[in-house]
Amino acid sequence: MQFLTSSIGRKILMAITGLCLVLFVMIHLVGNTTIYGWIPGGVNAYAHHLHAFPPIVWIFRAVMLAIVTVHIGYGIQLTIENRGGRPQQYAVKATQKATFASENMIWTGLLLLVFIVYHMLHFTAKVIPGMQLVTDAEGTVNVFAMIVSGFQNFFVSFIYVAAMVTLFLHLSHGIQSFFQTIGWNNDRTLPVIVKAGTLVALVLFLGYVAIPLTIFAGILKG
Amino acid sequence: MSDHKTMTLTLIVWRQKNANDPGKFETYSAKNITEHHSFLEMLDVVNEDLINDGKEPIVFDHDCREGICGMCSQVINGAPHGGQDRTTVCQLHMRKFKDGDTIYIEPWRARAFPIIKDLIVDRTALDKIIQAGGYTSCHTGGAPDANSILIPKPIAEEATDAAECIGCGACVAGCPNGAAMLFTSAKVSQLALLPQGKIEAAARVKNMTSTMIECGFGNCTNHYECQAACPKGVNVKFIARMNREFIKAQFA
Amino acid sequence: MILDGKCPTGPIEQSWDKHRFDLKLVNPANKRKYNIIVVGTGLAGGAAAASLGELGYNVQAFCYQDSPRRAHSIAAQGGINAAKNYPSDGDSIMRLMYDTIKGGDFRAREADVWRLSQVSNNIIDQCVAQGVPFGRDYAGYLDNRSFGGAQVSRTFYSRGETGQQLLLGAYSAISRQIKLGTVKMYNRREMLDLVVVDGVARGITCRNLISGEIESYAADAVCLCTGGYVNVFYLSTNAKGCSVTASWKAAKKGAFFANPCYTQIHPTCIPQAGEYQSKLTLMSESLRNDGRIWVPKKKEDVGKRPDQIPEEDRDYYLERKYPSFGNLAPRDISSRSAKEQCDEGRGVGPGGRGVYLDYADSIKRLSEKIICERYGNLFEMYERITDDNAYKTPMRIYPAPHYSMGGLWVDYNLMSNIPGLFVLGEANFSVHGANRLGASALMQGLSDGYFVIPYTIGGYLTTVKPGAVKTDHAEFKKSAEDVSTTTKKLLSINGKRTVTEFHRELGKIMWNNVGMARSKESLTEAIKQIPKIRDEFWNNVKVTGSGAELNQQLENAGRVADFLEFGELLARDALHREESCGGHFRVEHQLPDGEAKRNDADFSYVGAWEFKGVGKEPELHKEPLKFETIHLAVRSYK
Repeated sequence: MQFLTSSIGRKILMAITGLCLVLFVMIHLVGNTTIYGWIPGGVNAYAHHLHAFPPIVWIFRAVMLAIVTVHIGYGIQLTIENRGGRPQQYAVKATQKATFASENMIWTGLLLLVFIVYHMLHFTAKVIPGMQLVTDAEGTVNVFAMIVSGFQNFFVSFIYVAAMVTLFLHLSHGIQSFFQTIGWNNDRTLPVIVKAGTLVALVLFLGYVAIPLTIFAGILKG
Repeated sequence: MSDHKTMTLTLIVWRQKNANDPGKFETYSAKNITEHHSFLEMLDVVNEDLINDGKEPIVFDHDCREGICGMCSQVINGAPHGGQDRTTVCQLHMRKFKDGDTIYIEPWRARAFPIIKDLIVDRTALDKIIQAGGYTSCHTGGAPDANSILIPKPIAEEATDAAECIGCGACVAGCPNGAAMLFTSAKVSQLALLPQGKIEAAARVKNMTSTMIECGFGNCTNHYECQAACPKGVNVKFIARMNREFIKAQFA
Repeated sequence: MILDGKCPTGPIEQSWDKHRFDLKLVNPANKRKYNIIVVGTGLAGGAAAASLGELGYNVQAFCYQDSPRRAHSIAAQGGINAAKNYPSDGDSIMRLMYDTIKGGDFRAREADVWRLSQVSNNIIDQCVAQGVPFGRDYAGYLDNRSFGGAQVSRTFYSRGETGQQLLLGAYSAISRQIKLGTVKMYNRREMLDLVVVDGVARGITCRNLISGEIESYAADAVCLCTGGYVNVFYLSTNAKGCSVTASWKAAKKGAFFANPCYTQIHPTCIPQAGEYQSKLTLMSESLRNDGRIWVPKKKEDVGKRPDQIPEEDRDYYLERKYPSFGNLAPRDISSRSAKEQCDEGRGVGPGGRGVYLDYADSIKRLSEKIICERYGNLFEMYERITDDNAYKTPMRIYPAPHYSMGGLWVDYNLMSNIPGLFVLGEANFSVHGANRLGASALMQGLSDGYFVIPYTIGGYLTTVKPGAVKTDHAEFKKSAEDVSTTTKKLLSINGKRTVTEFHRELGKIMWNNVGMARSKESLTEAIKQIPKIRDEFWNNVKVTGSGAELNQQLENAGRVADFLEFGELLARDALHREESCGGHFRVEHQLPDGEAKRNDADFSYVGAWEFKGVGKEPELHKEPLKFETIHLAVRSYK
């Protein structure tokens, strides 16, 4: 499989898995907004439907794990290779086009990995110490209450917002990078794609941080 | 028009006796420099002073001194070719600097470009990439009449944009990863755009990109520093095109 | 000695085809047994190495740069001629031949020029097949532009960088052969001697410019494709590394140097800004189409800003002196006139070495936008170098040495008088006569490399046994020792003056005495002065560093040492040629209107000089020129 060892091939896998993750992040956000109650039963009903058929949940989780593994695995591998591309750094380096986001993809990526682990321990496994879970008679967790009580904690909200800043940085480079890597780009589209990518990242950022902020500010109450 | 003001500049220059020497920065003073000196002529002046003092002059690659041969290769204050838009070191003039400025001069730095001496690096890796497929396999003689291959003007123009590359390696020097994607993509795109080059397009893109990695260049992470560094303004759209060609080649 | 060019006889139209048939062929299975050395990888060398490699010969190619892609052919801007007659404007092989012979002021060989014109068409086909992106029209056909010295549009071009695209085409061809293993490339090597065994060229001695090692390479034939020598003037449009060294070393081993006095001075270059200047930059001659050339009438006005000089105090000297051609007067006339104005003290800019090229009228007539469309990139380049905005203030231009028509003498097969030594491209003397027309240099380089040498070298190789001499031969050892001795000598002088100082001094003498206008006095003076500089050089030059490392001072010292010998030969040739023709202008020989006055009765020959020792008078050999197809006539563009 020359494709899997080639420079561009691995980049393309990074791009495609990255796109899958961006789509996941988008759908995830749409799901999160059910907390505002725009579907009957709100986020509780949404969570319930999502987990209604466990085999699908597990298949989905396995696929996501594979995607994340490929994305992170190649990300680390390519970064190590790229660091080797210039063993001796310049004493002075004038950056002309690169951005903080583009130069720190590995760090924003790894921070996001840490966050995802924490996030799943928090809201999926629900094992973060100090969590107050409200369950109904059948033992189903009240997701709405769990989220609201969680984000009323300053540190929980802070970590979440910080993670979303990281996500914004990662995506502001990542989304436009996808189009370039996959080859759907030229000199006319590039500036548009760069701006649109940043805009999408910004919309996602605002969408995600709106939840902890509205809770923390007391607008959304338990 | 000329005036008689002269400048004195402090140069901090990378000196390295040979490939095995660790190298270090040395500080020199460039005196009596006018705004009409080209950057290389400024170095000529410094070198004449060094020789007269019995010291070894700074060696640097240069040849045509009119911005087309691609020999000159210096990172000036952190920017390949000094950072002036579409300008090689040899066409950079001292009016871009002020009296009293301190200027850092370093060689291209990349794993694939080992330093030979001072500011001179070995760029034969770029030749190897071309040797891997940067041509059409046509024979001398026996080509059909030139006008038997018609090429739409916009395509010909775009191929020429790609063909502007002078192979100086500034894209590699500017890339945070020391990647040669812009260089490779310029040749891949030029030939992939033209009917003459389409025949071997699939093998070409595979062979050239794999040679690129074998030579020790890094991978592309879409910073676009290469385009900013390129003295011929070769556009990163050609990298996108090469990526496209690479995907197409998987199905060829 | 009367030299024989071995040109084919009979009707010129069949001369090359007939000659190709008459040439003996090397059996395909035997080709790989022959080693061929190609020195230089410009258009001629790159094309030759690629084509010979493809035929199956073992080729070793050498260049002093870090890559074969950097040869100075890359800097050619305008275009390449071919007799395709695509625009149907009356062009033909015969007309291209006629224009080239006439443009060369009847000092070139007819048969060679015919061949060049004939294969010019194959070159375009070849380059298009390689993927060279020529300019095209909206229907997708190749576009042509017109160029000086021709009444037809026959110039193919790729923007203002035709040389670059053609060279990269040849580079791609040689790269392909390197990959296939038929060409072995030696970068950063400088040829410092030709090895001749029993009168036959058998190899070269090189210096490895990185390690400093002296290396020997043996072959069955040596092709020199090492370009021209106008850096003898120090300031020229050539690359800094261009030198006469390879040709001169061959000349010192017995190869005849033909017509060294034919040098071309290009009228539209950016003037010198100061003493420190290291090179002159050419701007396309097309600039003269819309610009008006002038100098102040009064000497006291030269320091004024051009906009302070009223119209009546400006001298549009070309329009005044040549009313019919005006600013489009031929290159040599235009160059010479600029020099005259400056010699009279009316030159402008630093050192009074410049004339104005003014676009104000054209901008008024056509608009700045149209001028920008036509010359935008040139105006940009001009501003980058001079910091002047040519839309607002007139450009300053001055002539600069640009091309050398003279070179090593070769016969019709491109073989010098030393068997086994072939010379291609600008390094030989063959097709441009006393003056080269625009867009013909690229044509010659590629013609020699792609379409001539692959045939003619075979004819020679059939006469030699492959691999007869190896590098362990005494001549190789002696040559390597000689090169080492010279290197050591240069390093040991440890005098007071740098190599560049000597080169500048030589350049000044060459430019002032052997430049655009030459006279018996100026040439005699040069012949007197050059040996003095040479003597001082060998006693007072300062070359730092050692020979066992990358040492640019040492490289330059060697090249300047050769220029110091060669410059004298150039002056001698100019002195002996008591006529004006093409790029060689003797003030004693001019027509009343300032045009060159040829002397066909006495000088219709190629002057080929045999080296007899440094400081000794060289011996002149003549090859008479016969004009059977194109009849001798006074060159006139009126």
